[in-house]
Amino acid sequence: MAVKNNAEKCCYCGGCVGCCPVMAIELKDIRIMIDNEKCTSCGNCVKICPVGAMEVLR
Amino acid sequence: MQEFDAIIVGAGPAGLRAANNLAKAKFKVLCLDKKQEIGVPKRCAEGLGLGWFERLGLKPNPKWAVQEIEGAALYAPSEKKVELRFKSISGYILERRVFEKELAKETSMNGAIIKTKANAFAFKRNSGKVEVKVNESGIVKEYAAPLIIACDGVESLTARKLGVNTAIEIPDYDSGYQYEMANIEIPDEKLIHLYFGTEVAPRGYVWIFPKGKNHANVGVGIGGMNEKTAKSYLDKFIASHPGLSKGSIIEVNCGCVPVGGFLDDMTADNLLIVGDAAHQVNPIHGGGIGIAMEAADIACDTAIKAFKAKDFSHEFLQQYNSHWYEKRGNKLKAILKKRMMFENLKDKDFETLAESVTGDDILKLTEGDLVGAAKVVTKKLIKYPGLVRVMLKYLK
Ligand SMILES: Cc1cc2nc3c(=O)[nH]c(=O)nc-3n(C[C@H](O)[C@H](O)[C@H](O)COP(=O)(O)OP(=O)(O)OC[C@H]3O[C@@H](n4cnc5c(N)ncnc54)[C@H](O)[C@@H]3O)c2cc1C
Repeated sequence: MAVKNNAEKCCYCGGCVGCCPVMAIELKDIRIMIDNEKCTSCGNCVKICPVGAMEVLR
Repeated sequence: MQEFDAIIVGAGPAGLRAANNLAKAKFKVLCLDKKQEIGVPKRCAEGLGLGWFERLGLKPNPKWAVQEIEGAALYAPSEKKVELRFKSISGYILERRVFEKELAKETSMNGAIIKTKANAFAFKRNSGKVEVKVNESGIVKEYAAPLIIACDGVESLTARKLGVNTAIEIPDYDSGYQYEMANIEIPDEKLIHLYFGTEVAPRGYVWIFPKGKNHANVGVGIGGMNEKTAKSYLDKFIASHPGLSKGSIIEVNCGCVPVGGFLDDMTADNLLIVGDAAHQVNPIHGGGIGIAMEAADIACDTAIKAFKAKDFSHEFLQQYNSHWYEKRGNKLKAILKKRMMFENLKDKDFETLAESVTGDDILKLTEGDLVGAAKVVTKKLIKYPGLVRVMLKYLK
C-alpha cells in the first residue's frame, strides 16, 4: 500500500493532507511526506489533487 | 518550557484574528505558522463581501483592498449571462499577502508572539496543559498552554492529533486551481465573473476575480469526486478564451476547500477548532475568510470565559459550538441544501435559468430568502416542470 507524490507537478497546497483518513501525509515546507506504513491506498489524495500529483502504486 | 495562556496553530485569517483578539484582551499568546511567509502562497481567490467588512469591523485599506466590486456576472454554458449589479460597492478583491501581513503586524503590536517557519508537530496533554513540540527552522522547541486553538486550515492535523477527527470526506471537498494573470481582457473589472456548466466545472464554477483592469485571479473549483483534475478544466477554459490565453501567468495557486461536512463538535479538552480546520466555509461559493475570522471572534469569547473560570474542559468549551451554530453554522447548513440543488442542475437548466431569472431573483437565493426565491423562481420557470421539481425539492 503506497502513494507517490510527483514533486514537479505538486503545488504544495496540502489538500491531500486534509482528506487522508489515516494521517499518512504531511506537508512540510515544500515537501509532501508520505508514511507508506500507514497508507491504505484509498485514493482520496489522488481524487482531490488539483494537479494530478498523487499516484497510487500498485 | 515556556508557557502561554493560549497557543494558536496557524497564522491565516482565523489564527491571526484569534491571536489579535486574545492579545488585545492581555492574554499571553503564541501564534505559529509553518510557512516561511505569512499569507504566501495564497490558496484563495481573494474575494471578500462588504458585509464581512461591517461584521468584522474592518476598514478597506487600499494597500490590500485592491479592487472594488459592484456585483457579479453569472454565465451559462452558452455564455448567456445574468448580471447582478448593486448600486454601490458590494465587496473587494484583496491582496491577501498584504492583508495578512498587516493583520500580523497589528497582532504583534498588541503583544502576541508570532513565529513563522515554525511547525507544531506533536501535542501531549499533561496535568491540565498541552505540551506542544515545534520545529523552528530545524530546532525543536517545546511550549505549553492550557488552551490550543487549531487554526491550521484544510491540512489541519492539530485537532486530529488531539483526538478530534476532522478528516474531510471527498464529497464534501472541492478541488481548486488558479492562475493570477496579467495582460488579460476582463469583461468588466467591477464585477466578478462566474462561469457555470458541467463541462466548464462540474459542481463548481470558473471565476475571474479582477485585481485591476487587466489583472485577475482566474481559477476553477470542482467537486472532489471528479476524475479529471481542476487544472485540466482551467487550462481548457483559458485555451478557449483568447482574451485570457493572450495574457501571462504571474502566479500559480492551488488549494482545496471543505465545502460542507460541518463538525457538530469543534471542541475537546483544551482545544477549540476554528476556520477551514473546522470546515467553516460557505458550501456554495467556498468563501471562508470572513467566516473564519468571525468564528475566531466567537471562539475567543469562549476562550476568555475559560480563562476566567480556569476551566478548559471539553464540557466548558462546548459553548463555542452552540454560539457558532446560532450565529453562522445554521445559516451555512441551509446553504448546503441549496448546493445539493445546484449539483443536480444540467447544462440546459443553466441556460433556462440564464434566460428566465434576473439578478434580483438570484440575490434572494444567495441571501437565504428561500421561500421568496422559491416562489419567484417557480413562477418564472413554470414551463420547465423538471427543473422546478429539482429546485423545489431543495428550496422548500
Ligand atoms: C482556490 C481557493 C479559492 C478561494 N477563494 C476564496 C475567496 O475568494 N474568498 C474567501 O473568502 N475565501 C476563499 N477561499 C477560502 C479561504 O482561502 C479559506 O477559507 C481561508 O484561508 C481559511 O482561513 P484559515 O485561517 O482557517 O486557514 P488558512 O488560511 O489555510 O491558514 C492555515 C495556516 O495554518 C498553517 N499550518 C497548518 N498546519 C500547521 C502546523 N502544524 N504548524 C504551524 N502552522 C500550520 C498553514 O501554513 C496556514 O498558513 C478559497 C480557497 C481556495 C482553495
